[in-house]
Amino acid sequence: MNLLLEAVQEAWSLISSGDREIFDITFRTLLFAGTSTIISLIIGLPLGIGLALMHFPGRSWLVSLSNAGTGMPPVVAGLVVSILLWRSGPLGSLGLIYSPLAIIIAQVVIATPLIIAITVAAVMSLNPIIHLQIRAMGANQIQYIFLIAREARLPLLVAVMAGFGAVVSEVGASLMVGGNLSGETRVLTTAAVLEVSKGRFGTALAYGLILIFFVIIIAAILTSLQQRSQRK
Amino acid sequence: MKYLFKSILLFLLLFSVSNILSSCYSNNSTLLLATTTSTENSGLLDVLVPIFEEESGIHIKVIAVGSGAALRMGSRGDVDVLLVHSEDAEKLFMGKGFGFDRHSVMYNDFILVGPVEDPAGIDGIDDVIEALDKIAQSGSKFISRGDASGTHVREKLLWSYTKIQSPLDKDWYIESGQGMGATLTITKETGSYTLSDRATWLAMMNGDLLPLLMEGDAEMLNRYHVITVNPELHRAVNINGAKQFRDFLLKPSIQKLIGEYGIKKYGQSLFTPNAEIELR
Repeated sequence: MNLLLEAVQEAWSLISSGDREIFDITFRTLLFAGTSTIISLIIGLPLGIGLALMHFPGRSWLVSLSNAGTGMPPVVAGLVVSILLWRSGPLGSLGLIYSPLAIIIAQVVIATPLIIAITVAAVMSLNPIIHLQIRAMGANQIQYIFLIAREARLPLLVAVMAGFGAVVSEVGASLMVGGNLSGETRVLTTAAVLEVSKGRFGTALAYGLILIFFVIIIAAILTSLQQRSQRK
Repeated sequence: MKYLFKSILLFLLLFSVSNILSSCYSNNSTLLLATTTSTENSGLLDVLVPIFEEESGIHIKVIAVGSGAALRMGSRGDVDVLLVHSEDAEKLFMGKGFGFDRHSVMYNDFILVGPVEDPAGIDGIDDVIEALDKIAQSGSKFISRGDASGTHVREKLLWSYTKIQSPLDKDWYIESGQGMGATLTITKETGSYTLSDRATWLAMMNGDLLPLLMEGDAEMLNRYHVITVNPELHRAVNINGAKQFRDFLLKPSIQKLIGEYGIKKYGQSLFTPNAEIELR
């Protein structure tokens, strides 16, 4: 109990003193998670909408694959990306391992199935009449997809938040592909793991508290969006 | 709101692009160093790396893993230079031609640490095998690294000389599968014994609850070597950078710095430099 109090005190003094390293690590964490969420959206949204609207053989198989992908263990994603990016791997010549881009790639692998699955569910839960209405207005294919996305925007925002939440809090993949390099690929979760291994629990807790802060903000946004959609 | 979102998007895009570009240019001026968790957890590299980077203009990426994993990465050419402490595995590595050259850098020693009450009664014994026999007899919990690191390899070697030869099937023998720092914390919290390198134990400042109980046996010497990875096997290896880092570790001013590291903070040095001894 004593240790917890001391750790909280140390965490607070680090955060309130505006410790440069903590600020850098926090900024980097949000930057990586934000970038990978945006890339995942660019990949996942069209795929999800396509999967929800089109009919072709193997479609249900792909939908269940993306559903299964929502449970993708970050460690496995990290390992696969590592094997690809290591110098001895097929993409080794790009020299990407232990770089910020490697972390972003691994995070995209984690977040994209999540975004696809939620998009499919969101679009399929729309009232079927909407499709007729859009067609009746004479929309072309691209306008059609755009309008569907607009119609399902609240559940799609849930997809964004879920993807961001998943990558910002995972540790296994970032550690493996990023190498936890100080000043380059050290993010809140990997920094916390390192500090724990050094026995510096106060600093570790400081990172943990910042992480919890962001997770709470995400949860608050999600809840308010849900309530807004219910009122509608 | 929309403008804010767009500008964030643009910023992230520019960031990613600049990253791709920089990682393309950096091939010859970055060096991948695979090393043991003990050198990182002790804080020594935090002192040495910035000095090297300033002197050479080469950027070092330090990957802290166990010696076993570090050697495997070296054999695949995934890293350029190794700082490891696992003698038999190192000799095998050199014998198979994976390494270009290998030099002594420094040494410290392994120690046995355990609970204050010392239920196995190893305090004051100066033969490490006798101490391990006593721990086995008393059935006190023993935490093993279990991660093929240099410390783990040594620990298994020491057990092989004891009466029970292998503790693997004993229920008091637990593998943590983690680095030295985490293993020391587990040992302390569970009132167990473990074999640790002196540097990490000192740096963790566990002395009050996890005292040093046994030290000084010649079997417990812990030697660190720098190994440059053979560039003939792997084209991507930055051998020039690796050689520069090797020479850096071996030169007198840095050797002196290694010997002094820790005196101010812990009252004793964590490593003893020994670069003059040549090895193949």
